[in-house]
Amino acid sequence: MSDTGAKTLSYPSELKYVKTHEYVRVEDGLATIGITAFAADQLGDVTYVELPKAGTCLKLEDKFGVIESVKSVSDLYMPVSGEITAVNDRLSSEPELVNLDCYGEGWMLKVKMDNADELKDALSAAGYKEFCVE
Amino acid sequence: MTTAQLKETPLASAHRKIGARMVDFAGWNMPVQYKSIVTEHMAVRTRAGLFDVSHMGEFLVLGDSAHDFVQYVIANDLNKLVKPDMALYTQFVRPDGGTVDDLIVYRRKQDYLLVVNASNIDKDWKWLKEAANDFPGVELRNISDAISLLALQGPLAASILSGLAGNWVLDMPSFTYGEATVESMDISFGRTGYTGEDGFEIFVGSQDTEKLWNLLLQCGEASGIEPCGLGARDTLRLEAGLPLYGHELDDGTSPLESGLSWSVKLDKGDFLGAEALKLQRLHGLKKQCVCLKVDGKALPRQGYAVDSGLGRIGVVTSGSQGIFVGYPIAFAFVPPAYTELGKELFVTIRDTKVRAQVVKRPFYKRK
Repeated sequence: MSDTGAKTLSYPSELKYVKTHEYVRVEDGLATIGITAFAADQLGDVTYVELPKAGTCLKLEDKFGVIESVKSVSDLYMPVSGEITAVNDRLSSEPELVNLDCYGEGWMLKVKMDNADELKDALSAAGYKEFCVE
Repeated sequence: MTTAQLKETPLASAHRKIGARMVDFAGWNMPVQYKSIVTEHMAVRTRAGLFDVSHMGEFLVLGDSAHDFVQYVIANDLNKLVKPDMALYTQFVRPDGGTVDDLIVYRRKQDYLLVVNASNIDKDWKWLKEAANDFPGVELRNISDAISLLALQGPLAASILSGLAGNWVLDMPSFTYGEATVESMDISFGRTGYTGEDGFEIFVGSQDTEKLWNLLLQCGEASGIEPCGLGARDTLRLEAGLPLYGHELDDGTSPLESGLSWSVKLDKGDFLGAEALKLQRLHGLKKQCVCLKVDGKALPRQGYAVDSGLGRIGVVTSGSQGIFVGYPIAFAFVPPAYTELGKELFVTIRDTKVRAQVVKRPFYKRK
């Protein structure tokens, strides 16, 4: 997966990352989850995002959805355990938001975390970038 | 992935310089995309795109029996090329009816030029050498390493090339061949392509490839030309209903099964594979390639099962988003009983049976 382009992509420092290429932003105890710029870049043009319904409870590393691009299809995995309180419905009609703004308008889930300590094992921006570039 | 043993075209460094993502394709390190597949696909449908397809193979057939030899190894009728500078699409067929390769044959003044798939160069070369034993007056040359091939495709392709080669190229009919000298480079080109658009496939000596590539991009800039990778090449050809060797054609699939009977001339006289193809036509085909328009947004992909509703009947050989037409599309092989236009079938996408409809080939046809 390594690519020289990986060095120039965005890895916001306030986020946590997992090796399956999802990010977590924690605000007021609520986690916002999406895929990283590196993952979006590797997938290319996203055509379809399949997400669970709000109210679903999932554990760390559970599959929560599927993302398809013209090139390939990948599973999405929970970077934390918890109850999904909201999903980004805009992605059903505008899946390209994942390519355009993965850390903003292209978010996927809001999750009420079961155990915020799980994030202690997640990667920092620097650690994740190193993982992608190598 | 190591790139050490992969072959490269003369443009490899030029591709990297403009941000191409490179992949291993048939032993070659090739650009799969520059900006994005969607951007490149739409550029070719609405303006122009430039592809490096220098990995493809070029063979020359010369000598007194060149015509008879080529006529014997292809399934189409070479006599359709009534004069030099004409081209046709055809296949090499095995004695059992399977397809060795598909190709374009150019009839030129002194020789025949055969353009074959990169993945099949070695196999084709052996195949032709073997067949040539019965044609003492034939000389074969593999010039693949000395020749590069650029595909300039799209509604604005002719106007871009005419700016370099002269206005006469605007009047070239489809599937004809011409030559020109452009900035002291000798180039030749067929009005051919693999995208469903108007366009040209341009042959140039390997030493001039980068100069011509840059010149075409520069001359096409005002027309909105985009460099295009193999990703868009694949989505464009699928939307245009064109088969890809290794997917809709292979050693175990005949051109008739692949839906190419328009290019198979069983009445032209004896040729390699003719007997098997005649028997297939007489007794009926076991499988046939159909175009499927698939419901929903999940994409059908190579290897996914096709279901009649009562059980598995076939398999998807190519599938993608139809980027211009706006819905998921696929080629699939099914028994002839399921090929009727409008027939409802199902593609199994991640354990879900998604409704699909057999539609007319191609998915996209230019106006």
